[in-house]
Amino acid sequence: MSEFRMPSLGADMESGTLVEWNIRPGERVERGQIVCVVETQKGAIDVEVWEAGTVERLVAEEGQKVPVGEVLAVIRPEGEKAEGEEIGQETPAERPAPEGPRSTGPTTPPAAATPSLATTGGRLRISPAARKRAAELGLDPAGVSGSGAGGSITLEDIERAARSAEGEQAAPSARPVPKAGTHAAMRQAIAAAMARSKREIPHYYLGNTLCVEPALAWLEAHNAQRPVAERLIFPVLQLRAVALALEAVPALNGWYRDDTFQPAEGVHLGVAIALRGGGLVAPALHDADRLAPDAMMAALRDLLTRAREDRLRSSELTAAGLTVTNLGDLGVESVQGVIYPPQVALVGFGRIAERAWVRDGKVVAARCLHASLAADHRVTDGALGASFLTRLTDLLTEPERLWPS
Amino acid sequence: MAQLNHDTLRETVIDAILAVAPEADVDALPADRPWREALEIDSFDFLNILVDLEKRLGVSVPESDYHELATLDGLIGYLEKRLAA
Repeated sequence: MSEFRMPSLGADMESGTLVEWNIRPGERVERGQIVCVVETQKGAIDVEVWEAGTVERLVAEEGQKVPVGEVLAVIRPEGEKAEGEEIGQETPAERPAPEGPRSTGPTTPPAAATPSLATTGGRLRISPAARKRAAELGLDPAGVSGSGAGGSITLEDIERAARSAEGEQAAPSARPVPKAGTHAAMRQAIAAAMARSKREIPHYYLGNTLCVEPALAWLEAHNAQRPVAERLIFPVLQLRAVALALEAVPALNGWYRDDTFQPAEGVHLGVAIALRGGGLVAPALHDADRLAPDAMMAALRDLLTRAREDRLRSSELTAAGLTVTNLGDLGVESVQGVIYPPQVALVGFGRIAERAWVRDGKVVAARCLHASLAADHRVTDGALGASFLTRLTDLLTEPERLWPS
Repeated sequence: MAQLNHDTLRETVIDAILAVAPEADVDALPADRPWREALEIDSFDFLNILVDLEKRLGVSVPESDYHELATLDGLIGYLEKRLAA
């Protein structure tokens, strides 16, 4: 038997509320399959299972608040008989990130198919549990105001709307209502992580201004003959450059735990995403060093879309070995980043702007960009940080090196 | 499509922006100032808006013309020009 436990979806998570099971006893599950939805401070998370097998029984009930590490379900691994009583050693929280992006099995429940790019913006932001509950109650969620991440409608919002619709009568549902998933909860999670970062991590900061004319020319040439929906955006090049630089300087890719550095397996980049209505998430873009340009754009599009719809997966909250933040779209020149613990470094990009640039002894107008590194001095020194940043600068300055043929 | 008047076109553009940024106060936005930074529209949002406008108007904006879309007036003027062509 293998016990599927409540994963730790962040350094400061103590418990999560199980809002929905996507599996039933007797059902087969594949490695990487999303088996339940857990509401955390960071919103509703699709939780994956990392062992194939058959669901023996569900231990936790929908609506129940479950501490990290407690058993959610019991799964019988492939080839094991039902009466076997040995306990699985691995908990989902301790498993490394899967090889390859969403490798095997149906990783997305049918009801949660990612909407196409064009329809994304018009969709109602609502968690799957809230949508289901609204349907049960016969309530139109369009009239409910959302308090969750990015203004999304949470289960609690639906329950509240149902109560007020019933004229302040007793709550119609016996099911416990999760407190997590609200905007205030997310603020609290960010506060805890950032306070811990500044309290524990001795940051050092490095920065470089680089000319991005060649990279922009590369991007414009790549996009020239393509319909808008198939174009790349500049962050794809930035993420690729960070991934390759990180591959060469692995001491910045991992986590500082129990007074030691633990390197990450694979290059999974946290992408800092500001949510409309406030708040921030930094889910992992898996295998950023192995994706071709269009595959990287597709993965980024998928991640951004799901982050804004409150549909992230558990592996995306734990896999990142370094986070990248891009504040250039908001008009600032540079970023002095705060490392997301237990990670040991953060890369920040500012805005692309025309600057006076010296080329071949002449001052010319050129589009430039400031790239910065914030790193943990317990783990690395400035010399190593400098070699990373130099490599990153070289890659973004010579874009033909990003995807050598 | 070419018969779209200025006001209808403006409405269409605002609809496309609101689809991506529902909370945006477009009316408060000066039409001759950069709109992306003011509305916190990143490069991904911007791409989505262009995809939406392409669907609604049939105008595909080449990347080399992006600089003409910096203000709301510029964006609407650019689309008018392309629709009239």
